[in-house]
Amino acid sequence: MQSEVMFAGFGGQGILLSGKILAEAAMEKELEVAWVPSYGPEMRGGTAYCTVVISDNPIASPIIRNPMHLVAMNRPSLEKFAGTVKPGGVILVNSSLIPIASGREDVDELSVPVTDIAAGLGNVRTANIVALGAFVARSGIIDFETLKETVRNEFKQKKKFIEMNMAALEEGRKAAA
Amino acid sequence: MSKVLMKGNEAIGEAAIRAGCLNYFAYPITPQSEVAEYLSRRMTEVGGVFLQGESEVAVSYMIFGAAACGERVFTTSSSPGISLMSEGISYICGAECPAVFVNIMRGGPGLGGILPSQADYLQATKGIGHGDCRMLVMAPASVQEAVEMVMQAFPLAEKYRNPVMILGDGLIGQMMEPVSFRDDLKVPPTNKDDWATSGMDTRKSTKRNLVKSLYLDPEVLNAHNLKLKAKYDRMRQEEVRYETYNTGGDYRVLIVSYGTMSRVCRSAVDALKARNVETAMVRPQVLFPFPEQAVFDAAAKSSCTHVLSVEMSMGQMVEDIQRSVQGRRPVHWYGKCGGEVPTPEEVMEAVEALLQS
Repeated sequence: MQSEVMFAGFGGQGILLSGKILAEAAMEKELEVAWVPSYGPEMRGGTAYCTVVISDNPIASPIIRNPMHLVAMNRPSLEKFAGTVKPGGVILVNSSLIPIASGREDVDELSVPVTDIAAGLGNVRTANIVALGAFVARSGIIDFETLKETVRNEFKQKKKFIEMNMAALEEGRKAAA
Repeated sequence: MSKVLMKGNEAIGEAAIRAGCLNYFAYPITPQSEVAEYLSRRMTEVGGVFLQGESEVAVSYMIFGAAACGERVFTTSSSPGISLMSEGISYICGAECPAVFVNIMRGGPGLGGILPSQADYLQATKGIGHGDCRMLVMAPASVQEAVEMVMQAFPLAEKYRNPVMILGDGLIGQMMEPVSFRDDLKVPPTNKDDWATSGMDTRKSTKRNLVKSLYLDPEVLNAHNLKLKAKYDRMRQEEVRYETYNTGGDYRVLIVSYGTMSRVCRSAVDALKARNVETAMVRPQVLFPFPEQAVFDAAAKSSCTHVLSVEMSMGQMVEDIQRSVQGRRPVHWYGKCGGEVPTPEEVMEAVEALLQS
Protein backbone atom coordinates (compact mmCIF):
# COMPACT_ATOMS: atom_id res chain seq x y z
CA MET A 1 0.00 0.00 0.00
CA GLN A 2 1.48 3.33 -1.08
CA SER A 3 0.25 6.82 -0.42
CA GLU A 4 1.56 10.18 -1.53
CA VAL A 5 1.02 13.64 -0.11
CA MET A 6 1.86 16.88 -1.82
CA PHE A 7 2.44 19.95 0.33
CA ALA A 8 2.37 23.20 -1.61
CA GLY A 9 2.43 26.91 -0.86
CA PHE A 10 4.62 30.02 -0.82
CA GLY A 11 8.30 29.77 -0.01
CA GLY A 12 8.51 30.57 3.70
CA GLN A 13 5.25 28.87 4.72
CA GLY A 14 7.09 25.87 6.12
CA ILE A 15 6.02 23.58 3.29
CA LEU A 16 9.21 21.56 3.19
CA LEU A 17 9.21 21.18 6.98
CA SER A 18 5.61 19.88 7.09
CA GLY A 19 6.57 17.24 4.58
CA LYS A 20 9.72 16.33 6.44
CA ILE A 21 7.83 15.91 9.72
CA LEU A 22 5.28 13.63 8.07
CA ALA A 23 8.09 11.60 6.47
CA GLU A 24 9.88 11.26 9.80
CA ALA A 25 6.69 10.22 11.57
CA ALA A 26 6.10 7.52 8.93
CA MET A 27 9.72 6.40 9.24
CA GLU A 28 9.17 5.99 12.99
CA LYS A 29 6.39 3.55 12.10
CA GLU A 30 8.97 1.61 10.07
CA LEU A 31 7.36 2.51 6.78
CA GLU A 32 9.37 3.27 3.66
CA VAL A 33 9.44 6.98 2.88
CA ALA A 34 10.81 9.39 0.31
CA TRP A 35 10.66 13.19 0.54
CA VAL A 36 11.07 14.90 -2.79
CA PRO A 37 11.31 18.70 -2.86
CA SER A 38 10.77 21.08 -5.70
CA TYR A 39 14.07 22.73 -6.13
CA GLY A 40 14.75 25.37 -8.65
CA PRO A 41 14.67 29.08 -9.26
CA GLU A 42 10.95 29.08 -8.46
CA MET A 43 11.77 28.49 -4.79
CA ARG A 44 13.04 32.00 -4.25
CA GLY A 45 9.86 33.77 -3.20
CA GLY A 46 7.67 31.71 -5.49
CA THR A 47 5.83 28.45 -4.96
CA ALA A 48 7.43 25.72 -2.92
CA TYR A 49 6.21 22.17 -2.88
CA CYS A 50 7.30 18.76 -1.82
CA THR A 51 5.94 15.27 -2.14
CA VAL A 52 6.11 12.65 0.57
CA VAL A 53 5.75 9.04 -0.50
CA ILE A 54 4.85 6.54 2.21
CA SER A 55 4.73 2.82 1.54
CA ASP A 56 4.98 -0.53 3.26
CA ASN A 57 7.15 -1.73 0.37
CA PRO A 58 10.37 -0.30 -1.05
CA ILE A 59 9.46 2.79 -3.06
CA ALA A 60 10.07 2.42 -6.77
CA SER A 61 9.54 5.76 -8.46
CA PRO A 62 9.72 8.67 -6.00
CA ILE A 63 8.51 11.03 -8.74
CA ILE A 64 4.77 11.46 -8.33
CA ARG A 65 2.60 13.40 -10.77
CA ASN A 66 -0.70 12.27 -9.26
CA PRO A 67 -0.55 12.30 -5.46
CA MET A 68 -3.20 10.70 -3.27
CA HIS A 69 -3.54 13.87 -1.18
CA LEU A 70 -2.83 17.60 -1.39
CA VAL A 71 -2.25 20.20 1.31
CA ALA A 72 -2.63 23.57 -0.43
CA MET A 73 -1.44 26.54 1.56
CA ASN A 74 -2.03 29.22 -1.09
CA ARG A 75 -4.22 29.82 -4.10
CA PRO A 76 -1.68 29.21 -6.89
CA SER A 77 -0.90 25.81 -5.35
CA LEU A 78 -4.54 24.78 -5.26
CA GLU A 79 -5.08 25.97 -8.83
CA LYS A 80 -1.98 24.18 -10.05
CA PHE A 81 -2.32 20.86 -8.27
CA ALA A 82 -6.02 20.26 -7.41
CA GLY A 83 -6.55 18.51 -10.72
CA THR A 84 -3.68 16.09 -10.14
CA VAL A 85 -5.03 14.52 -6.94
CA LYS A 86 -6.29 10.95 -7.20
CA PRO A 87 -10.03 10.42 -6.68
CA GLY A 88 -10.84 9.67 -3.06
CA GLY A 89 -7.89 11.63 -1.69
CA VAL A 90 -7.95 14.50 0.77
CA ILE A 91 -7.46 18.08 -0.40
CA LEU A 92 -6.80 20.47 2.45
CA VAL A 93 -7.52 24.06 1.48
CA ASN A 94 -6.07 26.89 3.57
CA SER A 95 -9.24 28.97 3.49
CA SER A 96 -7.49 31.93 5.18
CA LEU A 97 -5.67 32.62 1.92
CA ILE A 98 -7.71 30.70 -0.65
CA PRO A 99 -11.14 32.12 -1.44
CA ILE A 100 -12.01 29.33 -3.88
CA ALA A 101 -12.69 25.61 -3.67
CA SER A 102 -10.89 22.81 -5.52
CA GLY A 103 -13.81 22.22 -7.86
CA ARG A 104 -13.38 18.48 -7.40
CA GLU A 105 -16.42 16.35 -6.55
CA ASP A 106 -14.50 13.10 -6.17
CA VAL A 107 -12.20 14.05 -3.30
CA ASP A 108 -12.55 14.72 0.41
CA GLU A 109 -12.12 18.48 0.50
CA LEU A 110 -11.30 19.95 3.86
CA SER A 111 -11.40 23.71 4.20
CA VAL A 112 -9.50 25.04 7.24
CA PRO A 113 -8.41 28.64 7.92
CA VAL A 114 -5.00 27.46 9.08
CA THR A 115 -3.29 30.87 8.85
CA ASP A 116 -6.01 32.49 10.98
CA ILE A 117 -5.87 29.65 13.49
CA ALA A 118 -2.09 30.03 13.70
CA ALA A 119 -2.43 33.79 14.17
CA GLY A 120 -4.90 33.11 16.96
CA LEU A 121 -2.27 30.94 18.65
CA GLY A 122 0.10 33.89 18.57
CA ASN A 123 2.42 32.84 15.74
CA VAL A 124 1.36 32.76 12.14
CA ARG A 125 4.42 30.64 11.34
CA THR A 126 2.74 27.62 12.94
CA ALA A 127 0.19 27.56 10.10
CA ASN A 128 2.05 24.63 8.49
CA ILE A 129 1.74 22.62 11.71
CA VAL A 130 -1.96 23.44 12.02
CA ALA A 131 -2.38 22.20 8.46
CA LEU A 132 -0.36 19.07 9.17
CA GLY A 133 -2.47 18.30 12.24
CA ALA A 134 -5.69 18.79 10.30
CA PHE A 135 -4.48 16.72 7.36
CA VAL A 136 -3.21 13.79 9.41
CA ALA A 137 -6.38 13.76 11.53
CA ARG A 138 -8.58 13.71 8.43
CA SER A 139 -6.60 11.30 6.28
CA GLY A 140 -5.46 8.95 9.05
CA ILE A 141 -2.27 8.45 7.06
CA ILE A 142 -0.41 7.86 10.33
CA ASP A 143 -1.61 7.84 13.90
CA PHE A 144 -1.84 11.20 15.59
CA GLU A 145 0.24 10.22 18.63
CA THR A 146 3.24 9.38 16.42
CA LEU A 147 2.85 12.74 14.71
CA LYS A 148 2.85 14.53 18.06
CA GLU A 149 5.96 12.68 19.12
CA THR A 150 7.71 13.59 15.88
CA VAL A 151 6.82 17.27 16.19
CA ARG A 152 8.07 17.28 19.77
CA ASN A 153 11.30 15.70 18.56
CA GLU A 154 11.63 18.16 15.68
CA PHE A 155 11.69 21.11 18.06
CA LYS A 156 13.73 19.49 20.82
CA GLN A 157 16.59 21.95 20.23
CA LYS A 158 14.15 24.87 20.53
CA LYS A 159 12.09 23.90 23.54
CA LYS A 160 10.17 27.16 23.73
CA PHE A 161 8.45 26.27 20.44
CA ILE A 162 7.25 22.84 21.51
CA GLU A 163 4.18 23.95 23.38
CA MET A 164 3.06 26.30 20.64
CA ASN A 165 3.44 23.62 17.97
CA MET A 166 1.61 21.06 20.09
CA ALA A 167 -1.25 23.53 20.38
CA ALA A 168 -1.10 24.08 16.63
CA LEU A 169 -1.41 20.33 15.96
CA GLU A 170 -4.34 20.08 18.36
CA GLU A 171 -6.17 23.02 16.78
CA GLY A 172 -5.64 21.44 13.40
CA ARG A 173 -7.09 18.17 14.62
CA LYS A 174 -10.15 19.92 16.02
CA ALA A 175 -10.70 21.81 12.80
CA ALA A 176 -10.64 18.56 10.83
CA ALA A 177 -13.22 16.85 13.02
CA MET B 1 20.00 -0.49 12.84
CA SER B 2 18.66 2.96 13.53
CA LYS B 3 17.75 5.05 10.55
CA VAL B 4 17.76 8.78 10.03
CA LEU B 5 15.94 10.79 7.40
CA MET B 6 18.55 12.62 5.37
CA LYS B 7 18.87 14.53 2.17
CA GLY B 8 21.08 12.71 -0.31
CA ASN B 9 23.64 15.51 -0.36
CA GLU B 10 23.98 15.54 3.43
CA ALA B 11 24.09 11.77 3.59
CA ILE B 12 26.91 11.73 1.03
CA GLY B 13 28.90 14.13 3.20
CA GLU B 14 28.27 12.08 6.32
CA ALA B 15 29.15 8.83 4.53
CA ALA B 16 32.56 10.19 3.56
CA ILE B 17 33.28 11.06 7.19
CA ARG B 18 32.10 7.61 8.30
CA ALA B 19 34.44 6.13 5.71
CA GLY B 20 37.32 7.91 7.40
CA CYS B 21 37.76 10.76 4.94
CA LEU B 22 38.61 13.98 6.74
CA ASN B 23 39.58 16.12 3.74
CA TYR B 24 36.95 17.83 1.63
CA PHE B 25 37.65 20.56 -0.91
CA ALA B 26 34.81 21.94 -2.99
CA TYR B 27 33.21 24.80 -4.81
CA PRO B 28 29.43 25.26 -4.49
CA ILE B 29 27.10 24.52 -7.39
CA THR B 30 23.42 23.52 -7.49
CA PRO B 31 22.15 20.81 -7.04
CA GLN B 32 24.84 19.60 -4.65
CA SER B 33 25.74 22.67 -2.57
CA GLU B 34 24.24 21.08 0.56
CA VAL B 35 27.23 18.73 0.72
CA ALA B 36 29.53 21.71 1.24
CA GLU B 37 27.04 23.38 3.56
CA TYR B 38 26.82 20.22 5.67
CA LEU B 39 30.54 19.53 5.73
CA SER B 40 31.51 23.15 6.43
CA ARG B 41 30.02 22.48 9.86
CA ARG B 42 30.54 18.74 10.24
CA MET B 43 34.19 18.58 9.22
CA THR B 44 35.14 20.99 11.98
CA GLU B 45 33.25 18.81 14.49
CA VAL B 46 35.32 15.75 13.60
CA GLY B 47 38.64 17.55 13.23
CA GLY B 48 38.67 17.36 9.46
CA VAL B 49 39.32 19.96 6.82
CA PHE B 50 36.79 21.75 4.64
CA LEU B 51 38.20 24.28 2.26
CA GLN B 52 36.23 26.10 -0.41
CA GLY B 53 38.50 26.50 -3.41
CA GLU B 54 38.49 29.56 -5.60
CA SER B 55 37.35 27.43 -8.54
CA GLU B 56 36.78 23.81 -9.47
CA VAL B 57 40.13 23.73 -11.24
CA ALA B 58 41.83 24.71 -7.99
CA VAL B 59 39.77 22.13 -6.10
CA SER B 60 40.89 19.33 -8.39
CA TYR B 61 44.53 20.14 -7.61
CA MET B 62 43.83 20.40 -3.88
CA ILE B 63 42.46 16.85 -4.22
CA PHE B 64 45.59 15.84 -6.12
CA GLY B 65 47.83 17.33 -3.43
CA ALA B 66 46.08 15.66 -0.51
CA ALA B 67 45.84 12.33 -2.35
CA ALA B 68 49.55 12.47 -3.22
CA CYS B 69 50.25 12.87 0.50
CA GLY B 70 48.36 9.64 1.15
CA GLU B 71 45.27 11.27 2.67
CA ARG B 72 41.73 10.14 2.05
CA VAL B 73 40.15 13.03 0.17
CA PHE B 74 37.04 13.77 -1.83
CA THR B 75 35.05 16.47 -3.54
CA THR B 76 31.54 16.95 -4.82
CA SER B 77 30.35 19.01 -7.74
CA SER B 78 27.84 19.11 -10.54
CA SER B 79 28.26 18.82 -14.28
CA PRO B 80 29.95 22.13 -15.30
CA GLY B 81 32.14 21.92 -12.21
CA ILE B 82 33.25 18.39 -13.10
CA SER B 83 34.19 19.61 -16.58
CA LEU B 84 36.50 22.13 -14.95
CA MET B 85 37.99 19.40 -12.76
CA SER B 86 38.66 17.08 -15.63
CA GLU B 87 42.22 18.31 -16.15
CA GLY B 88 43.09 17.57 -12.53
CA ILE B 89 41.33 14.20 -12.70
CA SER B 90 43.53 13.20 -15.63
CA TYR B 91 46.65 14.19 -13.67
CA ILE B 92 45.42 12.19 -10.67
CA CYS B 93 44.83 9.12 -12.87
CA GLY B 94 48.25 9.60 -14.45
CA ALA B 95 49.92 9.96 -11.08
CA GLU B 96 47.95 6.98 -9.73
CA CYS B 97 46.47 8.63 -6.67
CA PRO B 98 43.26 7.50 -4.97
CA ALA B 99 40.46 10.04 -4.57
CA VAL B 100 36.67 10.20 -4.77
CA PHE B 101 34.72 12.58 -7.02
CA VAL B 102 30.96 12.92 -6.64
CA ASN B 103 29.02 14.33 -9.59
CA ILE B 104 25.40 15.22 -8.82
CA MET B 105 24.39 15.79 -12.42
CA ARG B 106 22.31 18.68 -13.73
CA GLY B 107 21.08 19.27 -17.25
CA GLY B 108 23.47 20.45 -19.93
CA PRO B 109 25.24 21.27 -22.13
CA GLY B 110 26.82 24.48 -20.92
CA LEU B 111 25.07 25.88 -17.88
CA GLY B 112 21.98 23.88 -18.89
CA GLY B 113 19.64 23.75 -15.91
CA ILE B 114 19.71 22.69 -12.28
CA LEU B 115 17.18 19.87 -12.35
CA PRO B 116 17.97 16.12 -12.41
CA SER B 117 19.83 14.77 -15.41
CA GLN B 118 22.09 11.90 -16.41
CA ALA B 119 23.71 13.73 -19.27
CA ASP B 120 27.29 13.17 -18.09
CA TYR B 121 27.25 9.43 -18.77
CA LEU B 122 29.73 9.53 -21.62
CA GLN B 123 31.96 12.05 -19.88
CA ALA B 124 32.09 9.92 -16.73
CA THR B 125 32.53 6.54 -18.39
CA LYS B 126 34.65 7.39 -21.42
CA GLY B 127 35.91 10.95 -21.38
CA ILE B 128 36.66 12.04 -17.85
CA GLY B 129 39.97 13.58 -18.84
CA HIS B 130 42.59 13.75 -21.55
CA GLY B 131 44.86 10.80 -22.17
CA ASP B 132 44.13 7.14 -21.55
CA CYS B 133 42.46 7.61 -18.22
CA ARG B 134 39.42 5.89 -16.82
CA MET B 135 37.48 6.07 -13.59
CA LEU B 136 35.41 3.48 -11.83
CA VAL B 137 31.90 4.99 -11.97
CA MET B 138 29.25 4.04 -9.41
CA ALA B 139 25.62 5.06 -9.91
CA PRO B 140 23.34 5.04 -6.84
CA ALA B 141 19.55 4.75 -7.17
CA SER B 142 18.67 5.71 -3.60
CA VAL B 143 20.07 7.77 -0.77
CA GLN B 144 20.99 4.57 1.08
CA GLU B 145 22.84 3.24 -1.93
CA ALA B 146 24.64 6.59 -2.31
CA VAL B 147 25.84 6.25 1.28
CA GLU B 148 27.09 2.71 0.72
CA MET B 149 28.79 3.57 -2.56
CA VAL B 150 30.57 6.57 -1.07
CA MET B 151 31.84 4.38 1.77
CA GLN B 152 32.98 1.71 -0.69
CA ALA B 153 34.52 4.22 -3.07
CA PHE B 154 37.46 5.08 -0.79
CA PRO B 155 38.83 1.54 -0.45
CA LEU B 156 38.18 0.95 -4.17
CA ALA B 157 40.13 4.09 -5.05
CA GLU B 158 42.99 2.78 -2.91
CA LYS B 159 42.76 -0.72 -4.34
CA TYR B 160 43.39 0.69 -7.82
CA ARG B 161 45.26 3.86 -6.88
CA ASN B 162 42.82 5.58 -9.18
CA PRO B 163 40.00 8.06 -8.69
CA VAL B 164 36.46 6.72 -8.32
CA MET B 165 33.36 8.65 -9.33
CA ILE B 166 29.92 8.56 -7.75
CA LEU B 167 27.53 9.61 -10.52
CA GLY B 168 24.16 10.66 -9.14
CA ASP B 169 21.42 12.76 -10.65
CA GLY B 170 20.06 15.87 -8.97
CA LEU B 171 17.22 13.95 -7.37
CA ILE B 172 19.61 11.67 -5.46
CA GLY B 173 21.14 14.82 -3.97
CA GLN B 174 17.90 16.62 -3.19
CA MET B 175 15.64 13.77 -2.03
CA MET B 176 15.36 12.70 1.61
CA GLU B 177 15.16 9.00 2.44
CA PRO B 178 15.86 6.97 5.57
CA VAL B 179 19.50 5.95 5.78
CA SER B 180 21.72 3.94 8.06
CA PHE B 181 25.50 4.05 8.12
CA ARG B 182 26.94 0.56 8.23
CA ASP B 183 30.09 0.36 10.33
CA ASP B 184 31.22 -2.72 8.43
CA LEU B 185 31.66 -0.61 5.30
CA LYS B 186 34.42 1.33 6.98
CA VAL B 187 37.73 0.01 5.70
CA PRO B 188 41.01 1.27 7.21
CA PRO B 189 43.17 3.18 4.74
CA THR B 190 45.76 1.11 2.91
CA ASN B 191 49.42 1.56 3.76
CA LYS B 192 50.71 4.13 1.31
CA ASP B 193 54.32 4.22 2.53
CA ASP B 194 55.68 2.78 -0.69
CA TRP B 195 54.38 5.58 -2.91
CA ALA B 196 52.83 8.56 -1.10
CA THR B 197 54.78 11.75 -0.54
CA SER B 198 53.84 11.78 3.11
CA GLY B 199 57.19 13.00 4.44
CA MET B 200 60.25 10.89 5.23
CA ASP B 201 59.67 11.25 8.98
CA THR B 202 56.25 9.54 8.75
CA ARG B 203 57.44 6.21 7.40
CA LYS B 204 60.09 3.58 8.04
CA SER B 205 61.32 3.34 4.48
CA THR B 206 64.29 5.44 3.45
CA LYS B 207 63.16 5.32 -0.19
CA ARG B 208 62.26 8.68 -1.69
CA ASN B 209 58.70 8.68 -3.08
CA LEU B 210 57.81 10.63 -6.18
CA VAL B 211 54.26 11.29 -7.44
CA LYS B 212 54.06 12.53 -11.02
CA SER B 213 52.30 12.14 -14.35
CA LEU B 214 55.10 13.41 -16.58
CA TYR B 215 56.99 10.71 -18.52
CA LEU B 216 58.98 12.19 -21.38
CA ASP B 217 60.63 8.96 -22.45
CA PRO B 218 58.22 7.36 -24.97
CA GLU B 219 59.04 3.82 -23.92
CA VAL B 220 58.54 4.62 -20.26
CA LEU B 221 55.26 6.42 -20.98
CA ASN B 222 54.06 3.50 -23.08
CA ALA B 223 54.88 1.10 -20.25
CA HIS B 224 53.10 3.43 -17.80
CA ASN B 225 49.98 3.42 -19.99
CA LEU B 226 50.10 -0.38 -20.27
CA LYS B 227 50.19 -0.52 -16.48
CA LEU B 228 47.16 1.78 -16.28
CA LYS B 229 45.37 -0.31 -18.89
CA ALA B 230 45.99 -3.41 -16.81
CA LYS B 231 44.26 -1.67 -13.91
CA TYR B 232 41.24 -0.76 -16.03
CA ASP B 233 41.11 -4.34 -17.33
CA ARG B 234 41.20 -5.59 -13.76
CA MET B 235 38.25 -3.30 -12.95
CA ARG B 236 36.38 -4.94 -15.83
CA GLN B 237 37.05 -8.32 -14.23
CA GLU B 238 36.36 -7.45 -10.62
CA GLU B 239 34.08 -4.45 -10.28
CA VAL B 240 31.06 -5.13 -12.49
CA ARG B 241 27.97 -4.61 -10.42
CA TYR B 242 24.32 -4.68 -11.43
CA GLU B 243 20.84 -5.67 -10.35
CA THR B 244 18.22 -7.47 -12.40
CA TYR B 245 14.47 -7.06 -12.08
CA ASN B 246 11.78 -9.43 -13.33
CA THR B 247 14.26 -11.35 -15.51
CA GLY B 248 13.06 -14.73 -14.18
CA GLY B 249 10.23 -15.40 -16.64
CA ASP B 250 9.66 -14.58 -20.28
CA TYR B 251 9.61 -10.94 -21.35
CA ARG B 252 9.45 -9.09 -24.63
CA VAL B 253 11.34 -5.94 -23.79
CA LEU B 254 14.49 -5.59 -21.76
CA ILE B 255 14.95 -2.16 -20.16
CA VAL B 256 18.42 -0.99 -19.19
CA SER B 257 18.38 1.96 -16.82
CA TYR B 258 20.32 3.31 -13.84
CA GLY B 259 20.03 5.78 -10.97
CA THR B 260 16.72 7.55 -10.32
CA MET B 261 15.54 6.62 -13.81
CA SER B 262 15.76 2.91 -12.94
CA ARG B 263 13.33 3.40 -10.07
CA VAL B 264 10.80 4.93 -12.43
CA CYS B 265 11.37 1.96 -14.78
CA ARG B 266 10.78 -0.44 -11.90
CA SER B 267 7.33 1.12 -11.40
CA ALA B 268 6.75 0.83 -15.15
CA VAL B 269 7.74 -2.87 -15.18
CA ASP B 270 5.24 -3.54 -12.37
CA ALA B 271 2.44 -1.56 -14.02
CA LEU B 272 3.05 -3.22 -17.40
CA LYS B 273 2.91 -6.63 -15.73
CA ALA B 274 -0.56 -5.73 -14.47
CA ARG B 275 -1.50 -5.17 -18.14
CA ASN B 276 0.02 -8.55 -19.10
CA VAL B 277 2.97 -6.92 -20.84
CA GLU B 278 6.12 -8.60 -19.53
CA THR B 279 9.28 -6.56 -19.38
CA ALA B 280 12.50 -6.91 -17.42
CA MET B 281 15.30 -4.63 -16.35
CA VAL B 282 19.04 -4.69 -15.87
CA ARG B 283 20.21 -1.83 -13.65
CA PRO B 284 23.94 -1.16 -13.83
CA GLN B 285 25.10 -0.09 -10.36
CA VAL B 286 28.57 0.45 -11.75
CA LEU B 287 28.64 2.17 -15.16
CA PHE B 288 32.31 1.69 -15.86
CA PRO B 289 32.97 -1.18 -16.05
CA PHE B 290 29.63 -1.82 -17.79
CA PRO B 291 27.77 -5.10 -17.06
CA GLU B 292 28.20 -6.35 -20.63
CA GLN B 293 27.62 -10.03 -19.93
CA ALA B 294 24.51 -9.43 -17.82
CA VAL B 295 22.97 -7.22 -20.51
CA PHE B 296 23.92 -9.75 -23.21
CA ASP B 297 22.40 -12.65 -21.27
CA ALA B 298 19.17 -10.79 -20.48
CA ALA B 299 18.79 -9.56 -24.08
CA ALA B 300 19.58 -12.97 -25.56
CA LYS B 301 16.55 -14.59 -23.93
CA SER B 302 14.44 -15.99 -26.78
CA SER B 303 11.27 -14.15 -25.74
CA CYS B 304 13.05 -10.78 -25.79
CA THR B 305 12.62 -8.86 -29.03
CA HIS B 306 13.73 -5.34 -28.08
CA VAL B 307 16.13 -3.64 -25.74
CA LEU B 308 15.28 -0.15 -24.48
CA SER B 309 17.75 2.23 -22.88
CA VAL B 310 15.86 4.58 -20.57
CA GLU B 311 18.00 7.48 -19.44
CA MET B 312 17.84 11.19 -18.65
CA SER B 313 20.25 11.80 -21.49
CA MET B 314 20.02 11.65 -25.26
CA GLY B 315 20.91 8.00 -25.76
CA GLN B 316 24.38 8.15 -24.26
CA MET B 317 24.13 4.63 -22.83
CA VAL B 318 22.86 3.12 -26.10
CA GLU B 319 26.35 2.43 -27.44
CA ASP B 320 27.38 0.49 -24.34
CA ILE B 321 24.21 -1.58 -24.60
CA GLN B 322 24.68 -2.18 -28.33
CA ARG B 323 28.23 -3.27 -27.66
CA SER B 324 26.99 -5.67 -25.00
CA VAL B 325 24.13 -7.08 -27.08
CA GLN B 326 26.45 -7.55 -30.07
CA GLY B 327 23.77 -7.01 -32.67
CA ARG B 328 21.49 -9.79 -31.43
CA ARG B 329 18.63 -7.39 -30.64
CA PRO B 330 17.70 -3.87 -31.75
CA VAL B 331 18.55 -1.30 -29.09
CA HIS B 332 16.22 1.70 -28.74
CA TRP B 333 16.24 4.81 -26.63
CA TYR B 334 13.73 6.68 -24.55
CA GLY B 335 14.47 9.61 -22.30
CA LYS B 336 14.18 13.25 -21.43
CA CYS B 337 16.97 15.64 -20.79
CA GLY B 338 15.52 18.95 -19.64
CA GLY B 339 15.33 18.18 -15.96
CA GLU B 340 11.89 16.60 -15.93
CA VAL B 341 12.13 13.00 -14.79
CA PRO B 342 10.00 10.81 -17.09
CA THR B 343 7.03 9.22 -15.34
CA PRO B 344 6.31 5.48 -15.22
CA GLU B 345 3.40 6.16 -17.61
CA GLU B 346 5.74 7.74 -20.15
CA VAL B 347 8.12 4.77 -19.94
CA MET B 348 5.14 2.43 -20.38
CA GLU B 349 4.07 4.33 -23.49
CA ALA B 350 7.59 4.04 -24.89
CA VAL B 351 7.56 0.27 -24.29
CA GLU B 352 4.11 -0.15 -25.82
CA ALA B 353 5.07 1.95 -28.83
CA LEU B 354 8.03 -0.38 -29.39
CA LEU B 355 5.83 -3.44 -29.26
CA GLN B 356 3.41 -1.95 -31.78
CA SER B 357 6.18 -0.92 -34.16
